[in-house]
Amino acid sequence: MNFVALRMLTGDRAKYFGLVFAIAFCTFLLENQTSIFASIMRRTSSQILDVTDAEVWVMDPQTEYFEQTKALKDTDLTRVRSVPGVAWAVRLFKGSPVARTLSGKFAVSEVFGLDDATLSGAPRKMLLGSWERLREPDSVVIDQAGYVLLFPGEPLELGRILEMNDHRVAIVGISDASAPFLSVPIIHTRYSEAVNFLGRERTQLSFVIARAQAGTTPEELAARISNATALRARTTGQFMWDCIRYYLRNTGIPVNFGITIAVAIVVGAVVAGQTFYLFTVENLKQFGALKAMGVTNPRLVGMILLQAGSVAALGFAIGTGMAATFFEIFLHKLATRGIVLIWQSVGLTGACILFVVIVASILSIRRVLVLEPAEVFRA
Amino acid sequence: MATTDLAVSCHEVRKHFGEGETRIEALRGVDFSARFGELSFLVGPSGCGKTTLISVIAGLLDRTAGELAVLGTRMDDLSGTRRVLFRRQNVGFVFQQYNLLPALTAAENVAVPLLAAGTSRKEAVDRAKSLLSRLGLGSRTDALPSTLSGGQQQRVAIARSLVHEPRLVVCDEPTAALDHASGEAVMGLLAGNAVQPDRAVIVVTHDTRVFHYAHSIARMDDGRIVDVSRPNGSPRTADRGPTDSSVQEVFA
Repeated sequence: MNFVALRMLTGDRAKYFGLVFAIAFCTFLLENQTSIFASIMRRTSSQILDVTDAEVWVMDPQTEYFEQTKALKDTDLTRVRSVPGVAWAVRLFKGSPVARTLSGKFAVSEVFGLDDATLSGAPRKMLLGSWERLREPDSVVIDQAGYVLLFPGEPLELGRILEMNDHRVAIVGISDASAPFLSVPIIHTRYSEAVNFLGRERTQLSFVIARAQAGTTPEELAARISNATALRARTTGQFMWDCIRYYLRNTGIPVNFGITIAVAIVVGAVVAGQTFYLFTVENLKQFGALKAMGVTNPRLVGMILLQAGSVAALGFAIGTGMAATFFEIFLHKLATRGIVLIWQSVGLTGACILFVVIVASILSIRRVLVLEPAEVFRA
Repeated sequence: MATTDLAVSCHEVRKHFGEGETRIEALRGVDFSARFGELSFLVGPSGCGKTTLISVIAGLLDRTAGELAVLGTRMDDLSGTRRVLFRRQNVGFVFQQYNLLPALTAAENVAVPLLAAGTSRKEAVDRAKSLLSRLGLGSRTDALPSTLSGGQQQRVAIARSLVHEPRLVVCDEPTAALDHASGEAVMGLLAGNAVQPDRAVIVVTHDTRVFHYAHSIARMDDGRIVDVSRPNGSPRTADRGPTDSSVQEVFA
């Protein structure tokens, strides 16, 4: 009877395509909005994740997220290094000076000052040049998006000059850094250079980044550092979620996206669920005839589930394809890099669609199960 | 009641719908029988209980009271699922509105009872095509119902009611939506294919033009059988009600 169920489903093309595209658009909307939301949230901590050398970040106890830094004392670095289980710990500066080109174009940038000796935290994905050239005096590595922002329409080229707080520095590398929350140039240089790019403060140590010895987990090390130094120590993953939670709590982003996602779920559920339910109701006469001819209730339930499952699978596949195409076409730019269709969003949307279809199926099945087969004798 | 030539035997069958003020007595103690090898007509005015009676006989509705035996089986002995299986195996249906599945071809529609019984799709469709050819629709086996005339659709419905070789065929107004020629053709098919020594056909109809096909005509009124006549056989006296009125009077 499976082919009968599928033919009943596809027989009325208008209803069938209405059903499929209701689910497809619901899928598209959900995947689109949840992926953009998650990607934006991920951008709040993209610079943390780019530092692949370190496992633990140490900061002022009052620090809530990455953009909010209060300088540590220089002696804090030594205190962290003295904690058992620390393989190594180095300093990391983060500041937001203005970068200016010789033509006068300027932009507020995000500068990372790396430990002079080890260059720990340097960008590993380079498009041009080498991060090791940061050892040269007055040198910086800038990310591609920042380069395009400061030198619009010009080819990627090393040796160009930037002026930072009256210091002239040369670009020795162009990195493929992850997009920050705000679209500003990401500039890496040595710690000793970076501190000169901003007005001098009494202390300038933004973070200490550290790695655990073999046999010590990052979580254990972070806890030990916190206990030993009274500083805030977080693993890379914990710090990422700290940032995301901060933005969730303190910005309107989750509310706006949440409303859109909720509307997508409700509208999608109502449209897809209602359409499928009405499809079954309009076919009650046919189900009644099948019942009269001796098709059992379990078989009819199987037919409805097959119809629901196949329409959901096809709609979900089309919707996911539409979402993937959207991200591929519209978000394949420097400014929107990092905003991608994430698998968690696809999974979540699949679960939502499954839920909607199950609810619609249950309502439809109920109508068919209570249907008196004698109804078919009514003209 | 347990006569071996009786395909259907009803005694004092009652059926009501609803309770209290909304209670409707659809069958008020029906005595009715249909013999193997015969076309038994049920006639009567609208609302007299004809459709309810054939629904009860076919196992589509539960009766409220009375005794009912179909093809030698007491319906009381069948649980819900066994009744469905009994119906699938032994009863064929012809509906006034055909009730063909619009997305299936003529042959696939005819194959549905076989598919419901677990026959493979290929075998079921092959058997359906063979039957349709015998019924004169060999050239339309792959046609969708929407492309068939009313008469052709009803012939497909008749083929569907016969394809699994049921011993009882129940027809509800099979000619009501057809012109005279199509109605004659449909009844001719039923008389020629459904009526076998070990089969019985019950036809509910208002269509006086096809009464000449009937072996027996039971007239219903107000939930009871009020008259039974045998135009193509010996007149048979109903167990209850008047015996000498003509069924034509119903439609006078």
